[in-house]
Amino acid sequence: MIRALVTWMDERLGGAPFLRNALKKAFPDHWSFMLGEVAMYCFIFIIASGTYLTFFFHPSDARVVYNGTAIPSLRGRTMSDAYASVLKLSFETQAGLVIRQAHHWCANVFAAAIVTHMSRIYFTGAFRKPREINWVIGLTLLLLVIGDGFTGYSLPGDALSGAGLKIAQSIALSIPVIGGWVAFLAFGGNVPSAETTNRLFAIHILFIPLLLGALIAAHLAVLWRQKHTQFPGENRRENNVVGSPLWPNYTVRSVALMLATFGLLLLLGGLVEINPVWLYGPYDPWTVSSPAQPDWYVGWLDGSLRLGPRLALRVGGHTITALFWAGAALPGCIFALIYAWPWIERRLQPDEREHELLDVPWANPLRTATGVAVLTFVALLLFAGSDDVQARLTHISVQQITWAYRIAVWVLPPLAFALAWRVCRELQARHAYEEDHPPRVVLVRTDEGGYDEEPVPVP
Amino acid sequence: MIVLAAAAFLAAAAPLPRATVPSTPASPVAGASPGAMSNGMPQPPATYTSVSAPPPADQVKVGGELYAVHCISCHGADLRGTPMAPGLTSSGAGDVDFQLSTGRMPLEVPGTEPMRGPPSFPRPQIDALIAYVVSHGGTGPPIPVLHHNADLTRGRVIYEENCQQCHGATGDGAVAGFGWLAPSLKASIPVQVAEAVRTGPGIMPRYAAADISDRDLDALVGYVEAMHRPDDRGGYSLASAGPVGEGLAGWIVGVGGTIIVMLLVGETLAKKRSA
Repeated sequence: MIRALVTWMDERLGGAPFLRNALKKAFPDHWSFMLGEVAMYCFIFIIASGTYLTFFFHPSDARVVYNGTAIPSLRGRTMSDAYASVLKLSFETQAGLVIRQAHHWCANVFAAAIVTHMSRIYFTGAFRKPREINWVIGLTLLLLVIGDGFTGYSLPGDALSGAGLKIAQSIALSIPVIGGWVAFLAFGGNVPSAETTNRLFAIHILFIPLLLGALIAAHLAVLWRQKHTQFPGENRRENNVVGSPLWPNYTVRSVALMLATFGLLLLLGGLVEINPVWLYGPYDPWTVSSPAQPDWYVGWLDGSLRLGPRLALRVGGHTITALFWAGAALPGCIFALIYAWPWIERRLQPDEREHELLDVPWANPLRTATGVAVLTFVALLLFAGSDDVQARLTHISVQQITWAYRIAVWVLPPLAFALAWRVCRELQARHAYEEDHPPRVVLVRTDEGGYDEEPVPVP
Repeated sequence: MIVLAAAAFLAAAAPLPRATVPSTPASPVAGASPGAMSNGMPQPPATYTSVSAPPPADQVKVGGELYAVHCISCHGADLRGTPMAPGLTSSGAGDVDFQLSTGRMPLEVPGTEPMRGPPSFPRPQIDALIAYVVSHGGTGPPIPVLHHNADLTRGRVIYEENCQQCHGATGDGAVAGFGWLAPSLKASIPVQVAEAVRTGPGIMPRYAAADISDRDLDALVGYVEAMHRPDDRGGYSLASAGPVGEGLAGWIVGVGGTIIVMLLVGETLAKKRSA
């Protein structure tokens, strides 16, 4: 049956030789090569669940009166059509709430999977020549997912996300020269305006997902063309790839991972509450709640704002507000550094060779220590974004906690750099020692007159 | 002194003063018992009666003896205040009842933020202290008289416009700045919420009837009472920590869970060694 179908297709399209080749393609076996696949399956899941939600969501800021029965404390309340439609799709639609929650969980996991995947790429040097293109595409994918996550989080028109939207608009406005145009383009006017939700909706479901789809296709095409990297080891050389064939071995493995990803997301969506907008209430500019945090992938920007200096400059008759430094300049610099890293590293450690074999992380102390320092810095910003929650839990003044973070973001990353450097050096020395001193044995004579080998432990 | 204190305690704890109380103001037991609630709402007046009528002299006397033992070192003789604590001459019954029935006063460590705890005095002694403070001025707000108001929508609007900026959208409390916490509202009984609104304890603003009318206060108190049973229809609420808890769960369950699957189906160093 399948054979007949494939033959029928082949006689008309002639793809059999390519397919036969493709199914034999070797995929490395090491588990860490599957981190990126989780991100890919998240993309599939988020498109599928999001499509279901578009059937019921109204991207409209029109004012309506809520007359549903699901939330008694909102009956008769005037709210945006978007918020009312989210209440309806959550409580009066088949599987609406579980799909909405799984969709939101998927956004959180999607961004986290990209970060872990990129960390694997970075710390093993997989971004080196010839793979700089996919490094740049991959980082762009992360930016797009953050953007899509933030626009999606803002769509329901609840009090929590409305406050975040106002902050985002203020940051956009703070960009010198072009800020006004950027803010107007993204938000359709002064938030909250009658156009905002509609504008964000187009960006969220059309503009960014199309870019994501196109760039993921390009990402995979480049990967296919360049083949996988692999860790050094027996029979593993610069000119081969050791692994399992795509069909059937690797397919089974990858499908298992896909089903696990989908299953975990649906379990989270069904069992753990996320973004309960009915508790936050509809957005009015004067009803900001506390504590108020964005989702984690935007949380480090919130932390940056909380720590940032109150530094407003007047340059040639224009004011550059304090928001600009912490909200736009700092994240811009961090992303610029990550984009440029393949070229920065080649400048610091001249190397024009192509690399198909990976480095183990300790083999390049400079790279590993830099990565650890940057991750420490961003993680501290992320933690600073929940300083008020920590103040509540620890009963320490929120101002003291904020100041502790202000000091820590400059002190801890250099310390992390030094520590990582030292650990790499120690591991290098240890491995060099083991190579110079192959395992030795002591010959022990047994009572019967024979000889046994006993290994000597490495000091 | 000790003898006096013991005498005061015995006198206050004995049933006599309670029998002479003309009305039973704001008993926390009555307010908290399920029998006094109807669908989470406070029942019409009966239970809550303002202590506006002049209290009997013997209750004032008992209150004065308690004051001399427990309060005078900070609030001063004749309620005039000391550098450690404000005077109480402008305090009303609502203020005293709130501070004592929520266990905020007396403070264990003077100068620290008063936190909710078990009350230090039984109800008759609280009534006596209220009577004593009110007899020395008592110009502050009385214990509010609450009525049943089923308008949850109005209550929620009042809450979102005035309260959630500090107490949070779910009433779990949050940081109010400079070391002060806005407490969780989940342990409060209706009359305590109303007293806090009218008297503004700590750094909380005070809302007079011109700011929040009595009718709106009834609705607000009803909404706060309804918040005691949060509507977590989405599942486990992750301690109502919002995106902070969600981010943690996303990393641990999402990334952690998929990595476990990767370790199971992919190659690891341990598997290589055992092979």
